[in-house]
Amino acid sequence: MNFKKQLKEGLLTQNPVLVQLLGMCSTMAITTTIFNGLGMGVSVLIILTCSNVVISLLRKIIPDQIRIAAYVVVIAGFVTMVDLLLQAFLPDIAESLGVFIPLIVVNCIILARAESFASKNKVLPAALDGICQGIGYTLVLLVMSAIREFLGSGSLAGQQIFPSEYGVMMLTLPVGGFLTLGCLIALMQWARDKAEKKEGK
Amino acid sequence: MDYSELNLIGSSSPHIRTKAGTNSIMGEVLIALAPALCFAVYNFGWRALANTLVSAAGCCLFEYLYRYLMKKNNTVGDLSAAVTGVLIAFVCPVTIPYWILLVGDFFAIVVVKQLFGGIGKNFLNPALAARAFMLSWAGEMSTWVGPRTSTPLWGSFDAVTYPTPMALLHGNDLASLEQMYDLPEMLVGFIGGSMGEVSALLLIIGGVWLIFRKVITWHIPVCYIGTVAALTFLFPRGNDPMTWMLYNILGGGLMLGAFFMATDYVTSPVTHLGQAIFGVGCGLLTVFIRYFGSNSEGVCYAILVMNLVVWIIDKSIKPGRFGVAKAEKLSGLGKKPEKKKEKKEVAGK
Repeated sequence: MNFKKQLKEGLLTQNPVLVQLLGMCSTMAITTTIFNGLGMGVSVLIILTCSNVVISLLRKIIPDQIRIAAYVVVIAGFVTMVDLLLQAFLPDIAESLGVFIPLIVVNCIILARAESFASKNKVLPAALDGICQGIGYTLVLLVMSAIREFLGSGSLAGQQIFPSEYGVMMLTLPVGGFLTLGCLIALMQWARDKAEKKEGK
Repeated sequence: MDYSELNLIGSSSPHIRTKAGTNSIMGEVLIALAPALCFAVYNFGWRALANTLVSAAGCCLFEYLYRYLMKKNNTVGDLSAAVTGVLIAFVCPVTIPYWILLVGDFFAIVVVKQLFGGIGKNFLNPALAARAFMLSWAGEMSTWVGPRTSTPLWGSFDAVTYPTPMALLHGNDLASLEQMYDLPEMLVGFIGGSMGEVSALLLIIGGVWLIFRKVITWHIPVCYIGTVAALTFLFPRGNDPMTWMLYNILGGGLMLGAFFMATDYVTSPVTHLGQAIFGVGCGLLTVFIRYFGSNSEGVCYAILVMNLVVWIIDKSIKPGRFGVAKAEKLSGLGKKPEKKKEKKEVAGK
């Protein structure tokens, strides 16, 4: 069990968005304001951790042939719980995230972690993996939505910083999601190359 | 024998010596753009010149800063950034605030050009990509003034939206367009529109100069404009196909796009046949966007879309290698098993 290594993987070397390129659809769609990014990130973090734990517990019971269907049932259960909780206690976020909360069921990150990690590891590492990958996902969403909200509509977390007519309207559109993500991935690769070169020397 | 004292330079063929370089080619482009710039100043006042200078300076500055910060060699001297800057100013209305021009410069140079590796590696035409990006400020990008308007160098404008020829064509209002501008006015450029695109005549002169100086070949512009002309002549809206066609090719950014943007070396195919296909594709898309799109002008997006498929065109049209082309063609005429043999031979080597 190596918490540090798992955290580093989730944040940097195996970041679900920037390196594994999973869950692109929701990443592009909802990162228009920081609140949306945070809401989505935390929802995925919770669902990922819970489903990892349950799938890891059930890993010896689930037959190999129907494992994907079994994973989806487990994930869908948690997604429904989070969806109902959001609607009950945070209706604003539930409304602005809309269909993307139910769509977490088919989010590749959760299925990929279930398939490649939780189904092969014990409960504690699986839970840690869910937390680390979830934090990695949440952080990227936060950075992306901060960039897009600030440059796109001139505000940060709802606080107007400069008049919105100076904002780059394009960044609030899907185009802006692709642009921001592309730049972030490029930055990530550049930093990784640099770090590897340093280690090599 | 010892040749080292003979002071020979060892290099591979071709052994042609020329002083031509990127900077001389870009210099020719700047010369070719000069008449259109002069006319823009005449038509819209000194603000046109100020826009061009600000934009060109901005592009050079961003290029210099990026290369300096990333510790790469300085490429401002090849003038490609200056050309991009001038073109960005040309595709905007003269009333554009300076800061939007600078944001466009930043997007063109840093995001489209330098992040992909600098000159020769951009996958889109930087100036057109910047224009697409600058449409974020849709209001400022569509505040047109009429011809022969003097615009103040500094300060704001009354938000008068003057109908451009393209807007009237898009509304199928050929009659009021003819009333507003006659054909000679369209040709010389006494019309409203983006700063550098109004004078079709002077842009054609600039384009012919580039062809004459062998900076570009005729393939892209002729195929591009020819396709637009043919399509608009065959499918006119109204009863007079000739007039409809002439207004369509003289209005909007067609001349600027066909001669100066679609012909960008980096984002156009290598072979002449490929360039012809590229030109026809640009023409088709331009007419489709003008006819069926919600935008009144399609040149910008047509060229951008075709930029993205240049690699397919280049891949599917490979010229035969000198000397082996004939043999390959002959074997290509045979049946499939022969082709397989050929592949094996190559693999064996």
